[in-house]
Amino acid sequence: MTDTYKDSGRAGLEDVDEFVDILEERRRSSDLGYAFRTFNPQPYKGAPSCSTADLNKAVLESQYLSYMAKEIAMETGSSVEEVREEVCGILEEMSQNLQLGFIRMMAYTLSKVFKRLFTSILVNMEGLNMLQQAVQESPVILMPNHRSYMDFLAISYILFTYDIPVPVIAAGIPLAGMKMVGEILRRSGAFFIRRAIGSDKLYWAVLSEYVKTIVRRGFAPVEFYVEGLRSRTLKSLLPKLGMMHMVLEPFFKGEVYDITLVPISISYDRVLEESLLAHELLGVPKPKESTTGLLKATKVLQENYGSMHVNFGRPLSVRQLCHGKINRCQFNLVPRDLPQQPSAEAQACVSWLAHLMVRIQEEGLLISPWSLMACMLLQAPTTVLTEEGLLWHQLTEKTLWLRKLALDFGARLNWPGQVPDSDVISSTVALHCSVVQRKAGRVYLVQENEPLRKCPISPEDGVIRMAAPLLMLASYRNQSMHVFVRPAMLATAIRVTESTQRDELFSFFCFLQDVFSNEFIFIPGKSPQDFEEACVLLKKCGAVNFSQQEVMVLDAGSEVLSFLQALLQPFIDSYQVMFRYLCEEGVHVLSEKQFLPAVRNLATELILSGELCTYEALSSDMQKNVLSALRRLEAVTKLRASEQNEYRVNKAAVRRIGDILSRKIPPQMLQTTPDARL
Amino acid sequence: MNVLSTCAASACQQAVCRALCSVVTKGNIVGVPVGTHPYHKFEIMKWNGWGYSDSRFLFNKKGQAEFTGKRYRLSGMIIPGLKDWFEGTFGANLQHKTPPTPLLTNTAVPPATLNEAFVEEVKSTGIPFSHDAEDRVFRAHGHCLHEIFALREGKIGRVPDMVVWPSCHNDVVKIVQLACKHNVCLMPYGGGTSVSSALECPPEETRSIVSLDTSQMNRILWIDEKNLTAHVEAGIVGQDLERLLNESGYCTGHEPDSMEFSSLGGWVATRASGMKKNIYGNIEDLVVHIKMVTPQGVIEKSCQGPRMSTGPDIHHFIMGSEGTLGVVTEVTMKIRPMPEYQKYGSVVFPNFEQGVACLREVAKQRCAPASIRLMDNEQFKFGHALKPQVSSIFTSFLDGLKKFYITKFKGFDPNHLCVATLLFEGNREKVLQHEKQVYDIAAKFGGLAAGEDNGQRGYMLTFVIAYLRDLGMDYYVIGESFETSVPWDRVLDICRNVKARIIRECKDKGVQFPPLSTCRVTQTYDAGACVYFYFAFNYRGLSDPVHVYEQVEHAAREEILANGGSLSHHHGVGKLRKEWMRDTISNVGMGMLKSVKDYVDPNNIFGNRNLL
Repeated sequence: MTDTYKDSGRAGLEDVDEFVDILEERRRSSDLGYAFRTFNPQPYKGAPSCSTADLNKAVLESQYLSYMAKEIAMETGSSVEEVREEVCGILEEMSQNLQLGFIRMMAYTLSKVFKRLFTSILVNMEGLNMLQQAVQESPVILMPNHRSYMDFLAISYILFTYDIPVPVIAAGIPLAGMKMVGEILRRSGAFFIRRAIGSDKLYWAVLSEYVKTIVRRGFAPVEFYVEGLRSRTLKSLLPKLGMMHMVLEPFFKGEVYDITLVPISISYDRVLEESLLAHELLGVPKPKESTTGLLKATKVLQENYGSMHVNFGRPLSVRQLCHGKINRCQFNLVPRDLPQQPSAEAQACVSWLAHLMVRIQEEGLLISPWSLMACMLLQAPTTVLTEEGLLWHQLTEKTLWLRKLALDFGARLNWPGQVPDSDVISSTVALHCSVVQRKAGRVYLVQENEPLRKCPISPEDGVIRMAAPLLMLASYRNQSMHVFVRPAMLATAIRVTESTQRDELFSFFCFLQDVFSNEFIFIPGKSPQDFEEACVLLKKCGAVNFSQQEVMVLDAGSEVLSFLQALLQPFIDSYQVMFRYLCEEGVHVLSEKQFLPAVRNLATELILSGELCTYEALSSDMQKNVLSALRRLEAVTKLRASEQNEYRVNKAAVRRIGDILSRKIPPQMLQTTPDARL
Repeated sequence: MNVLSTCAASACQQAVCRALCSVVTKGNIVGVPVGTHPYHKFEIMKWNGWGYSDSRFLFNKKGQAEFTGKRYRLSGMIIPGLKDWFEGTFGANLQHKTPPTPLLTNTAVPPATLNEAFVEEVKSTGIPFSHDAEDRVFRAHGHCLHEIFALREGKIGRVPDMVVWPSCHNDVVKIVQLACKHNVCLMPYGGGTSVSSALECPPEETRSIVSLDTSQMNRILWIDEKNLTAHVEAGIVGQDLERLLNESGYCTGHEPDSMEFSSLGGWVATRASGMKKNIYGNIEDLVVHIKMVTPQGVIEKSCQGPRMSTGPDIHHFIMGSEGTLGVVTEVTMKIRPMPEYQKYGSVVFPNFEQGVACLREVAKQRCAPASIRLMDNEQFKFGHALKPQVSSIFTSFLDGLKKFYITKFKGFDPNHLCVATLLFEGNREKVLQHEKQVYDIAAKFGGLAAGEDNGQRGYMLTFVIAYLRDLGMDYYVIGESFETSVPWDRVLDICRNVKARIIRECKDKGVQFPPLSTCRVTQTYDAGACVYFYFAFNYRGLSDPVHVYEQVEHAAREEILANGGSLSHHHGVGKLRKEWMRDTISNVGMGMLKSVKDYVDPNNIFGNRNLL
């Protein structure tokens, strides 16, 4: 059962042909005619459609919320009526109001926008056909990865185009606050969720009843981002479990026969928000979502963003996936509506499934030539990129070498087949002229054009200026990290342990997974399989040979192994910098607010002194991941009383992790939280 | 009170003799009836199918379905819609027949392993017995699909080695004593309508197996009109009990669907439930006193107090014991004066959800009629297909008008609507009042009254539906029903999920045609309902259809349990559902039951291995 998703088809170049460009038709016929065509999707067989008013009424009158209202009224000392009023308020703020008219308007507008932005929007028809079937059979959950604001717009657009019921979409509340746009989104099926719900019990209750009611009714697919947020680093984020639990619960409780999960992998040649993201990572706050902001961003519309691939994964049956993992009898002895903590079994199952979905999303991604180039570019010393320039033919050669490796590793590539490779590389560089430039047979990194200032910029500012394009490159590299990360960890284990013994390599491999499982997605409890996969892949590309006891490096493998080690090195180096900060810092308690700038300063210092080669330690995303990883490993504990996310650091524990990572001491299995593992 | 002075007469071999016997009680004189069931049941009943030999469905030369015989209202009638429904629902074809093996061949029956010493002693008591193949085969099975399927193919497994017919309590005492003395395995046999593999002989049993057939213990021993109770021998079958009581102006009101054939002792042993339990109660509400013969002796209470606080009720060790502890020989049960007035009714709902909501409301208001049953859309269509040919143009015109009114005027979707059938009982005035109350509630849930005929036909069908399975089996269609009980809030979910699971499992197991997967809610309680599932499919193209059937039924039961349904509402556990007993009643519960078994029957004389 665990490998059911495997045959979802990892494939190479030849598969790209199945994708159909939906913009092609749009460029040939009238957008208005398209927007007003008959939209007549096959609905879900199990239930009739359900109006917004019906839906909200069902939620309001639910037994669950009535239990909850009483409970909260008791706790807060207010009356049940007051609580119910609050519920109404929350629901009003939250609820979607899907209307076909607005879908049509969106379809019209988006046709214009998409045609301007993208060369093509490529969709796999096979996946769409399966989805069309699936929506008739059971409630469907669409689970796209989240890289851009374009994601959910594109999916609704595609479903409208192919006569599939358009989804209701979980969106962040800031979008609702935008004038006009919020309302348009609401009427296009978005429902809005507050950020940082934290311990607001009532809000959780309303949200979960709302989501569960939609799933139970099944009248429209539910779409949500299991990653929770837009990934600032273009790398998959650790799944959030709250929403996942809400959509699965109707199955656990027998309220629906089955639920279908449809993973969707969206790959962009070039992400609209690329430079915004890099600046956010460097601590420049994200601009607040506002309509005027959106209008200002129209300059974004002047540029070309290449192609977008939307790969609809094979629909997966929750019933099949959860077979043997969840005992549905657990609800036999209490009312199913009673507010209850989910059982440990349910939590583990939800976590496993959420991780699995993100992994399937990853496997469905199409790796662009640019991402492969980014891997290569980042392995060149910074001075080469900024000053001397990288030789063009060298970059071409290396990229083509990497293409072969990626294919060996089973990646899906988005590499145009009909065009000579050199043309592919030049056009890729041309598309990404905001990051790199080709001059006289060499490739240079583009540095930001700061407005001329009177005083010369300080060395620290210089680092930050350099960091922006490098972090952009790192993000594009991240698009293909999931292909390489397992073999890269094995390669690192081989180098660090200098051992050939499988157990020893495996224990270091597990240690790396433990440390980096906020960085990369590993399915809980699957380390042995991950290790096996790494061995098989490295053998396949001729880098190692392995037996039951040993993993032997082959002479021909040094190029692959050193590439893979170098790929992981920025992560290791950055983590070490932060470990070092935490160990050296005088105070034992620190807040996230202090931690981020302090680490940034330390990293800048180290970069200037030449001690640190990577700029990624400057990324706030990585800094937060380190804190989360250390919390998970119990080297850092969050102070309960603290309002501002304060942490107590166990320096000895942090030091031990750092020492194992640099092989000063051998790895012992680190303590991990049991609920994350099955 | 012990009146069986004529017990010695039990040695008499024929009914003729029995008819002469009479029993005098303090107040009443009750003639000993000629039982519906002779010693050799196969003389009037099918040996490899349901019910009476003269009653069966068949497709006549014109391809029309008809029901033979004279026993039922449907007997001798043409059922024009059945063929199309049958072919359409199952993808069956009248050209593709699977007729049963016509005769039982004695060579197929394993020879009897007799315990000679036991046989000799039984002989000396004068209690009739037999080791004829037909008698033994007839008592080796109930009516599970796999049992009937095997019989139709002429396949006979382990069967009892001997059949004995005690005709009174004391006969049973003697037989049980002898069985203990000679270490013989006893399997009580009542009406033979089990659907839980309860009558299957355990293949691992090495002792001689003796089937103890209670059919000759079928007298009403007395009627107590002051307390409204009757004392009855446990072998009496439902229809005889009812008929005889009716002659005195009474009834028990206990009417399980199998009441034509099932026995009072069987009801007690399986915790049976009757269609009209809303007025009369289930078997546990009806019994006042039970006498059971066990290897340790006779168990019974000392008085007939209507309720006692004397520790756990020993009746509850007996009820549901499924023949593992002893033989129920005599039962005192409540009787009621026959109802003055009966009225059928029916209500059409736009969909099943509304129908269930209505039943729930009726249960909440505690105003359920004697019977209220809700069929889903598939069963509604099935019931429709079973309408006999109407004689007058006027009736068919009326039917057409009704249909037009419901589907066109009221806008009910014929693919969603469902129907509830009702039976009211009592004095006329109250029935009419009650009827209005129920119809008013139904109206709140969009229900439309749909006439008495539809209701009555619904109930009539419960008696002939079992015959229909035999027809299906003539044409590659196999199926069965199974039941559960479930809290109100889970009724809709369990119905949907179990039906969907059946369809899914059939597909996965390679069944070539979509199965019939349908359900109905047959009983309402304060806290829940009883749900019946019907499941049948066309097995052409399958090499081992029975195995596929069993896998699907197994999956369906798992689904029932996962959805908060019980292991059984009234069919019992038998051997078919034993594997789930521990989860159902907990380890301690199992231990309790086991220790009772160990005390009462340490040598496992009652060795049918049901339940535990």
